[in-house]
Amino acid sequence: MKRIHYSLLEGRAGYYAALLVLGAIIGTGLLAFWYMEHYGHIVTGMTNQIVWGMPHVFAVFLIVAASGVLNVASIGSVFDRKAYKPLSRLSAVMAAAVLAGGLMILVLDLGRPDRLIVAMTYYNFKSIFAWNMILYNGFFAVVLLYLFVQMSRSFAVQKYKKHAGMAAFLWRLILTTGTGSIFGWLVARQGYDLAVFAPMFIAMSFSFGLAIFLLLMMALYRAVGRPLGHGLVNRLGRLLGVFVAVAAYFVAVAHLTNLYAPEHQAYEKFILAGGNIYTWLLWGGFGLIGTALPLFLLFSNAARRSFAPVAWASLLVILGGLALMYVIIIGGQAFPLVMFPGKEVSSGFVDGVINSYTPSLPEIALGLAGAALAVAITVFAARVLPILPRSLADDDVDPHLARAADVVELKKAA
Amino acid sequence: MTDTSLSGKARRDFIKAALATGGVLTLAPGLMLLTTGAGGEAAAADGKPAVDPKKRWGMLIDTTKCTDDCDKCVSACKEENGWQAEDGSLTDVQWIRKVNVKDPATGFAMSLPVMCQHCANPPCVDVCPTGASMQRVDGIVRVDMHICIGCRYCMMACPYKARSFVHEDIPEERKKPHAPMGKGCVTSCDMCAHRVDVGQIPACVEACDKGAMMFGDLNDPNAGISKRLAEIPTYEIRADLGLDLGVRYTRLP
Amino acid sequence: MKAGLKTVMLALAVMAAPALAGDVAPKVPIDRSKGECVLPGPEMRRQHMELLKHRRDATMYDGVRGGKVAFAACLNCHAVKGDDGKPVTVKSPQHFCRVCHDYTAVKVDCWSCHVSVPRDGAGKQALRPPHRGATDFAALKKYLKEGRK
Repeated sequence: MKRIHYSLLEGRAGYYAALLVLGAIIGTGLLAFWYMEHYGHIVTGMTNQIVWGMPHVFAVFLIVAASGVLNVASIGSVFDRKAYKPLSRLSAVMAAAVLAGGLMILVLDLGRPDRLIVAMTYYNFKSIFAWNMILYNGFFAVVLLYLFVQMSRSFAVQKYKKHAGMAAFLWRLILTTGTGSIFGWLVARQGYDLAVFAPMFIAMSFSFGLAIFLLLMMALYRAVGRPLGHGLVNRLGRLLGVFVAVAAYFVAVAHLTNLYAPEHQAYEKFILAGGNIYTWLLWGGFGLIGTALPLFLLFSNAARRSFAPVAWASLLVILGGLALMYVIIIGGQAFPLVMFPGKEVSSGFVDGVINSYTPSLPEIALGLAGAALAVAITVFAARVLPILPRSLADDDVDPHLARAADVVELKKAA
Repeated sequence: MTDTSLSGKARRDFIKAALATGGVLTLAPGLMLLTTGAGGEAAAADGKPAVDPKKRWGMLIDTTKCTDDCDKCVSACKEENGWQAEDGSLTDVQWIRKVNVKDPATGFAMSLPVMCQHCANPPCVDVCPTGASMQRVDGIVRVDMHICIGCRYCMMACPYKARSFVHEDIPEERKKPHAPMGKGCVTSCDMCAHRVDVGQIPACVEACDKGAMMFGDLNDPNAGISKRLAEIPTYEIRADLGLDLGVRYTRLP
Repeated sequence: MKAGLKTVMLALAVMAAPALAGDVAPKVPIDRSKGECVLPGPEMRRQHMELLKHRRDATMYDGVRGGKVAFAACLNCHAVKGDDGKPVTVKSPQHFCRVCHDYTAVKVDCWSCHVSVPRDGAGKQALRPPHRGATDFAALKKYLKEGRK
């Protein structure tokens, strides 16, 4: 077995230019935050009906994806897949970075972000939201410990790699269960109140997380010109394909469950066939762009020979994931709360009306800032910590991969 | 001591008077009979705890008497608690609203006031990460705005849309000393806790001139509200959720 | 006579603040004609935040209203009148909280929700007549017992 050599991210102008661009996006987001904080949420698109808006779409997407990013490391150390082992360090760092990005959005969108200390010191242990805060903080701790164990030069520490990996893997499963339950346990709303939300969010995290990891890894390796094997990318791409299919399966199960119960049929009709933005985002955004197209690209023959299909598929999975989040979070609130089932209601407080929501610029800017922060932390960490293998060529990573790639080459030659 | 216009001197001397307990004593005989605080003291603004765990405050709303053109309860609440809401506003604070309900199958229509239902098992309290969304031991559900971080999860959880997020600064003139609310926090009906604590009834109940609203201690079998509840069938909105509401209606669509 | 004295005292208190700012902490304006503060000045300076926090929770959870250690009572005795003769809000640097808090650069988190000036009735709840209509306690008692028929 070849030894994996890690080295710091190289490049000068490119590195600083990247950080500058990311910094500008983050800065815009912070300006947007200051604007919202100063004038109140009146300047955003949110209302008393749609209480969680665009920032939550980005935040929940990133938080869910964060635990999925860690999967690459888990597959390496928990499931002993050799080809994934060199990626463990990057996977751990990126997972923490993506979570940090998501949490930044969540915190800055609070009505009273200045009371973060209150959120840290007053806990209601019956609240799944409070549990999530503990799980998020714990995730950082567990992932950083895992990273330390991986990077330690001492064998005494190194031998606990698998244990640390297992702890991180279990933690991330619990974390995503918690995130899904934030919605799944809302008994009052037609669109939520589904136990399947927890496993659905886990499946989504596998898919979105791996897509983010693949895209960022390919971008980093391409930017600095380090070798990256087609076999490795293709294998990760095929795994992404499986995750994409599983996520779509759970989404289908959730909607089918609702469709079967007459009390939820009005909601399903609204989402699945309402001809509104949510219908389009679900079928076109998540279904076509986020599921069908990526599956086609990832399992295409072209994906064996070229990076482009996998890169495009990853990007589409991310876009489809955001679309799905929009449908879940905004669509679930847009449908009127049912106080009197089967009755027509009206009031001066927009009861019984489909609630409208128009995302405002500051909300989108804040959301993008979170995503930019995640990338910036990853890039910066790669610059100061040896987390990137010098080569991810198939030969260096796993000879089996190289042989598989050779077969393709031979076939092509023949 | 039932004068409504205290002299200027009396106003200035309020602390001395309060200290001498003269004012309290004068009020006490009447109040003593009304409500007794946790320690058995009279419920009054006397700096003593007024919340009694043996009580459960609740309301009975006789929707047969409630008409769709009347919103006196809503106006009274606005005035008492200092909120304003334009009709159809998406961002204004509201504590109580009149909802018109119609059965499309039969054409039967009715109107009813909906406010915080003061659940015994409130989802908003369960989900609140900091414990700001709270339930007093006498059943009143409210927001402790001192520790509310404005996450709005309680608004996601409430089946009655009873809660509002304060979207912008509230001008000083509109603020009420007994019902503070401010930008960035969530607020909702607290059954006029400031009035209940000093032996008064909620503003909406007091304002209803049709006799459609009744307030009292659901745990006291001798209370008027309990007797009425024992006489006639009453209903909870979304009773299927099993939240055990503090607000009951005589008729629902 | 009393009102005149009060004005003089208030004016003195307010004027004293900037004059002494150089060497000692500013003085909180107080209208002593309304009675003594709940604690002597030096203790109040150290403990007012504890008192306020304790009282805040007592009101939120136990329904403690009125009495001497009440937020509204602070506003009443410490109100500073502005040029228009009305108590100044916290927007003015003369407001009794700001006199010290500006000096020590400590930001408080009260005024986005709370009123910063005394209001009729508030803080005088011990003497306050019951709200509109329900002046008759016997009737109120009867109401709670029997409900409105």
